[in-house]
Amino acid sequence: MAEQYSVEIRSLTKRFGDVAAVDAVSLDIRRGEFFSLLGPSGCGKTTLLRMIGGFELPTEGANRIDGADVTWTPPYERPVNMVFQHYALFPHLTVAENVAFGLRYKGTGGAGEARRVAEVLALVQLSGFEKRRPHELSGGQRQRVALARALALEPEVLLLDEPLGALDQKLRKEVQVQLKHLQRSLGITFIFVTHDQEEALTMSDRIAVMNRGRVEQMDEAAQVFERPATEFVAHFMGAANFFAARVREAANGMAALVLEAGGEVRIPVDGTRYESGEAVRFVVRPEKLDLRARDLSGHGVPSVAVTIEDRVYQGVSTVWVVRDRADERLLVYEQNEKPFEEASKFAVGGQAFVCWNARHAVVIRGEAGPR
Amino acid sequence: MKGGRAGRGDRAAYPLVLPTWATLGVFFLLPLAILFVVSLGQRATYGGLKPIEDLGLYISSGKFLANYARAFHPIYLQIFWRSIWMAVVTTVVCLAISYPVAYYIAVTAPLKRRNLLLGLVVVPFWTSFLIRTYAWMFLLRTEGLINHFLLATGWISQPLELLYNNFAVLIGLIYGELPFMILPLFASLEKLDLSLLEASEDLGAGAVATFFRVTVPLTMPGIVAGIILVFVPSLGQFIVSDLLGGAKTILAGNLIQNQFAVARNKPFGAAVAFGLTAAVLALLFFYALYTKRKGQDVLL
Amino acid sequence: MRRGSPVTAAYSWLVYVFLYAPIAILVVFSFNRGKQTAVWEGWTLDWYRSLAKNDLILGSVRNSLIVGAVATVVATAFGTLAALALGRYEFRGKGATRNLLYLPIIIPEIVVGAALVTFFGVLSLHLSIWTVALAHVVFSVSYVAIVVRARLSGFDRSLEEAALDLGARPVQTFWRVTLPLILPGVVAGALLVFTISIDDYVITSFVAGVGATTLPLQIYSMLKVGVTPEVNAVSTLLLLVTIVMIVIAQRLQQPPAEGLRD
Repeated sequence: MAEQYSVEIRSLTKRFGDVAAVDAVSLDIRRGEFFSLLGPSGCGKTTLLRMIGGFELPTEGANRIDGADVTWTPPYERPVNMVFQHYALFPHLTVAENVAFGLRYKGTGGAGEARRVAEVLALVQLSGFEKRRPHELSGGQRQRVALARALALEPEVLLLDEPLGALDQKLRKEVQVQLKHLQRSLGITFIFVTHDQEEALTMSDRIAVMNRGRVEQMDEAAQVFERPATEFVAHFMGAANFFAARVREAANGMAALVLEAGGEVRIPVDGTRYESGEAVRFVVRPEKLDLRARDLSGHGVPSVAVTIEDRVYQGVSTVWVVRDRADERLLVYEQNEKPFEEASKFAVGGQAFVCWNARHAVVIRGEAGPR
Repeated sequence: MKGGRAGRGDRAAYPLVLPTWATLGVFFLLPLAILFVVSLGQRATYGGLKPIEDLGLYISSGKFLANYARAFHPIYLQIFWRSIWMAVVTTVVCLAISYPVAYYIAVTAPLKRRNLLLGLVVVPFWTSFLIRTYAWMFLLRTEGLINHFLLATGWISQPLELLYNNFAVLIGLIYGELPFMILPLFASLEKLDLSLLEASEDLGAGAVATFFRVTVPLTMPGIVAGIILVFVPSLGQFIVSDLLGGAKTILAGNLIQNQFAVARNKPFGAAVAFGLTAAVLALLFFYALYTKRKGQDVLL
Repeated sequence: MRRGSPVTAAYSWLVYVFLYAPIAILVVFSFNRGKQTAVWEGWTLDWYRSLAKNDLILGSVRNSLIVGAVATVVATAFGTLAALALGRYEFRGKGATRNLLYLPIIIPEIVVGAALVTFFGVLSLHLSIWTVALAHVVFSVSYVAIVVRARLSGFDRSLEEAALDLGARPVQTFWRVTLPLILPGVVAGALLVFTISIDDYVITSFVAGVGATTLPLQIYSMLKVGVTPEVNAVSTLLLLVTIVMIVIAQRLQQPPAEGLRD
C-alpha cells in the first residue's frame, strides 16, 4: 500500500538544556518529492534532519516513515540513508569498499554486491574509480562517492546535509542541476538541508523555511519566493522592501491602503477581513520594483516617491538604493538591458518614483507563519 | 554533536573505565593511602611498624606527627633545600638553553626539516635515563674522557674531581631534562602566528623588543608547561644524584630510598615521600589554575 | 630559513651535539679494545661476546621481556578502553577518571615505588617478577590513555554515524570503522609502554623480588661496582632497541591520513 507521504513528522521537539533546537515541528513530505529545509545556521534544520535519520533522539513528538513509526528506531534499522556534510568517507577503505559497506547487511552476496557497486558508481559517473582511496579524490568526487554509497542501499528517503557546502561556486551550480535530474530519474524522496536560498529554489519542489527551531513557512518553492508569509521569510528570501500602511477600506479582494510614506495604493488581498484603520505591512521584491520619473498612481499603478541614495553596478543588474518619505530604505534591481554607455535617467541624489504591478505586493502577518 | 543517544549511551562508559579504576584504585591509590598511614607510625626495632598501645593517646599527644616533625631537623632541611635549589637551577638553565633550540625548530628551520629536527629531540626524550646518566659517569670520572683530554693537552696536570659532587649532579640533571623543556616550548612556538612578529616590527619594535613584548608572552603556556615538566621530576630525582652525586649530594629522592632500603625506617621515609608529594601536588594545583584561566587543551 | 638568524641555527646544532655526544661516545667506546675505558686501543666485539655469555645479563633481559610483554598487553587494553570512554562519553566521574590517570605520571616515581613495596609488605605479598609486572601496568596505563586519546580527538564522529546509517550495528561499527582507524594510536601506545617498561629503574628497584632482576636493575648494579666496557655494550644494545621502538611509534603517530577529517 503506497502511502502518499514518505515522511510524517508530528510535533517533533529536541531540547538541549533549556533551548529548543527544534520546537514542535510538524511536516508531511511527499513520496518522490525534492524537499528542502532552508534557514540560517542554528535554525534547527540539521537537528531536524538528524532526527529523521536517527542520529538524535527527539525530546518529544513522533516520526513516521512510510507509515511505520520510527521515532525510537536506531539508524541502522531505518529505510533512510544520509549524505553527510563532510561526506564521512571511510579513509581506510577504497571507493568500492565504501560503496559496498552497507550492502553486507542486506545479504546481497559477493557477486550481487560487486554488480550493485558498479551500477551505482555508473549512476554518479565514477565508473573506474573502484580502487581509489578517498584522499586521492577531489571534493566533487568524494561527494559523489558519498551519494553512491547511500544510494546503493536503495533507501526510501535520502537525507542530504548541506552536501554542496565545500564545493566551489561553479561546481556547485553544476552539481545542483545533476542532483535534481538524479532525483527525478530515481523517484526517491530527497530531504535536503541548506542555508542558500538560491540552491533551495533551484532544486526543490517544496521548501520549509526554518527559524529558531520552528517552520516559518512551508510551500511550493515559487510560493515561498514570491509570497513570503512572515517577515523573517521575507528577509531571508531577499524581499526586504517593507511598506507600512493603514487600511482605508477593503472589499472584493482589493484593499486601499494609506502609506506611511505618503500616498495611497490599491493591492489585492486574500480573504482576510481587515478593519478600517488597521495597520498592515507588505513587501515587494526588489526585482519587481521599477524606477520611474513620474508618479503613475493616476493610472492605477502603485507609486511611491523616493530619493536616490546610491547606485551599485553588479554586472547583470544594477541595484538602486532609495529612500521613501517614511525613511524606509528600499532596493530596486534593474536588469542592465540598455547599452551601458547610455546615460541613465536617474542620478544619485535625485528624485524618482518606485512603481510596481499591484499583484506583486505581499502582505506580511506578524512573526510566525502558518504551520 | 554530543549526546545523540542522550543518557542511554553514556552509561556505556562505565565498563570501559572499570579496569582502569580497579587497577589504579587497588594498586595505586590504596598503596598511597597505606603509605600515608605508615608515615604516621613508628619504626619497630627490626624495621616494620611498632604496634601502638594507646591509640587515643598517640593521636592526642601529637606523637603521630613525629616523623613529619623530624623532617624539619637541620640535616634533612639541608637535603630538601638542596633538592629545591638544584631543581630551580636545572629548570632555569634548561629554559635558557632550550628556548633558542625550540625557536629554531618551530620558526627558523625550513618546514621539511621539522620532523627530522623534532625526531632528534624525541629520541633522547625516550631513551633510558639510566643510560644517559651513565654516559656522564663515563665522561666525568678521573680516568674518564674529559680528564684524559685535558691532561693530554696539558691544560691541567692533575685529574679534576668532576664526579661525585653538585656540579656533576647538575650536569646530569640538565642533560637529562633538556628534551622535556624543548618539546613543550616547541609546541607553543609552533602555534605562534609569525605575522604578529612582522606586525610588531612594522610598528617599530626591534628584534629584542619584539621577542620580549610579543614572542615571550604568547609562548608563556609552553614556558610554564616546560617549567613544570622539568622542575617536578628534578625535585623527586633519584638516579642522577645516586650515580653522579655520591655521599655529598643527597637529594630528597635518595633520602627516601635510603630510609626504605638501608635505614629501614619506613615511617620516616613515608613521611618524607609524602612531603615531596605534597610539594609536587601544590605546584600542579597552581599549574591547573593557570591553565584553566587560559583555557588550555588538556591531554585527556 | 624562514625567520630568525643563522646564529640560532648554529647554536641549536651545538645543543644537538651536546645531547648526542655523550651517548655517541658511550657507544663508540663499547667497541674499544682497552679495558681502561678512556684510551682508545682499537676495535673489538669482545665485550659484546662476553655479554652473550653473561648469564646474569641474559637472565635480566629475559625478565625484562616478560615484564614488558605483560605490561604492554594489559596496560594497552586498559588504557585504550579508558581513552575511548574519555573521548566519547559524558559521564559522572569523568573528571575524576582524568585526574586518576594523571596521578601516576605526576607523582614522583620514588613515592610510587615506596608505596607499592609498603603495600605488598602489608599484604605479605612475596616480591617477584609478577609484582614488577603489576607495578609496570600501574604506571603505564596513563601513557596509553594519553596517546590513544590524542588519536581520538582527531577522529571524525560522522564516520561512525555513517556506518550506523548504512546498517552496521554499534559493535560492527566499532570493528569495521573505529578500531581500524585508532589502531595506529593503540600500537604507538603499546610501543611506548614497552619502551618505558624496559627502561624503568626506580619503581622496579622497590618491587623486584630475588630472581626478578630486570635489565635496568642489572645494569645499575654493574654501574655501582665500576665502569666496565660491558656496561657500554649493554647500554648500546638497549639504546638501539629503544630507538627502533620510538621511530616506529613516531611513524604511527603521524597525523591521520587526509581523508580522516574532510
